[in-house]
Amino acid sequence: MIAIVDYDAGNLRSVERACRAVGVEAAVTRDPETLLRADRIIFPGVGAAPSAVASLRASGLFEALGEAWAAGTPLLGICVGTQLVLERSEEGDTPGLGFIEGQTVRFAGLDPALKIPHIGWNAVEIARPHPLLAGVRDGDEFYFVHAYYPKPAREDDVYATTCHGVRFCSALGRGNLFATQFHPEKSGRFGLGLLERFAKWSGTAC
Amino acid sequence: MLSKRLVSCLDVRDGKLAKSVRFVDTKDIGDPIEKARTYYEEGLDELVFYDITASSEGRDILIDVVERVASQIFIPFSVGGGIRSVEDATRLRLAGAEKVNVNTAAVQNPDLITACADAIGSQSTVLSMDVRRAEPCDAVPSGFEIVIHGGRTPMQLDAIEWAKRGEALGAGELVVNSIDADGTKEGYDVELTRRIAEAVGIPVIASGGAGRPEHLYEVLTEGRADAALVASMLHYGEYTVGELKQYLDARGVKMRMRF
Repeated sequence: MIAIVDYDAGNLRSVERACRAVGVEAAVTRDPETLLRADRIIFPGVGAAPSAVASLRASGLFEALGEAWAAGTPLLGICVGTQLVLERSEEGDTPGLGFIEGQTVRFAGLDPALKIPHIGWNAVEIARPHPLLAGVRDGDEFYFVHAYYPKPAREDDVYATTCHGVRFCSALGRGNLFATQFHPEKSGRFGLGLLERFAKWSGTAC
Repeated sequence: MLSKRLVSCLDVRDGKLAKSVRFVDTKDIGDPIEKARTYYEEGLDELVFYDITASSEGRDILIDVVERVASQIFIPFSVGGGIRSVEDATRLRLAGAEKVNVNTAAVQNPDLITACADAIGSQSTVLSMDVRRAEPCDAVPSGFEIVIHGGRTPMQLDAIEWAKRGEALGAGELVVNSIDADGTKEGYDVELTRRIAEAVGIPVIASGGAGRPEHLYEVLTEGRADAALVASMLHYGEYTVGELKQYLDARGVKMRMRF
């Protein structure tokens, strides 16, 4: 069973529906115990980092995510969920879960013709192979909606990049964690494929 | 680099697909979900469902349509038509719509834009505006006037000013629909689109008037639109999603070609 972490972060049912469409059983939960019993966890998110972290802490999900990460449960971060696996977010100077060293930063100093938030379909370039990116080719497009992006400290943690004025990390991971800045649940067949692979993933990078 | 988006709008009346010409003479032309599914499979980038139902029973059918779309179609889609409150917006969002379009009610009560942005996020709050050319005057210096009630009521409100105000109030995206061009198939109002796109820092979806592929090219280049909305070109089978995207791609407009 896949648990989808619910922390009042918007439209979680779209992740649940996308999982169902590829025959993967998933359920939204805000109960830390349920999270710890799950085989896999999807940590999604739309919204602001400070309110997301406040909500995760109030519900005990913040600690539960830390335990699940330490126990080796396969984890998939999406959008704000991805930004929160780093140590800190510039958005409201918010401390994150710190699973991976690095920061979440805002798009800054872009050509004024480039709009922020970065909304729409954009291409990924694969930085290093990962089982969850199997079949994804350089230039394949995914759907993005964000004004901040993850900036892992270690190059080894970057699995894909995307360009919007600046080349940023659009997929990162380490061990049992994989996380995307784009929304697989809104990215057509390419996104559904990623969710399908996550449902079978062993939780290692090779 | 972001791709330009091909968006299709499905007018839904009592759960059925309808198509209007200059905002009148709507007729039913099929099942909206079936159409949406076909376009999704052909590589459409985004969908808009516009509810032109007046009755409250019709509104419940719309929620049902939205839920069914959300369980079959995994690209962003927005819903508009008759949204008067944050509750309407939240209900549609929970039913699975990525974005919600406000139009008439936002002109009458601009705070609705901010309230929606606070409740569902700017990225999900789309300001849709119906615009008609008028004699420039003090209230409408640009000569582009906002009209509401589906094109029936001119508001003495300048469209360029309204676009800027909408952005400041929290809208994350604009749909600019030319009532003069709507349904004519003679091309978008490129000047209107460009003037608004240059006035705001949020994405602009051009709407109204598409009849040939070159119209899309014009509005995405000269008109500076981020997305082009088409309806009858696709609904009546004159063109496919793939044909339109291939046409644009071949002329150097960046489109999402693999999906």
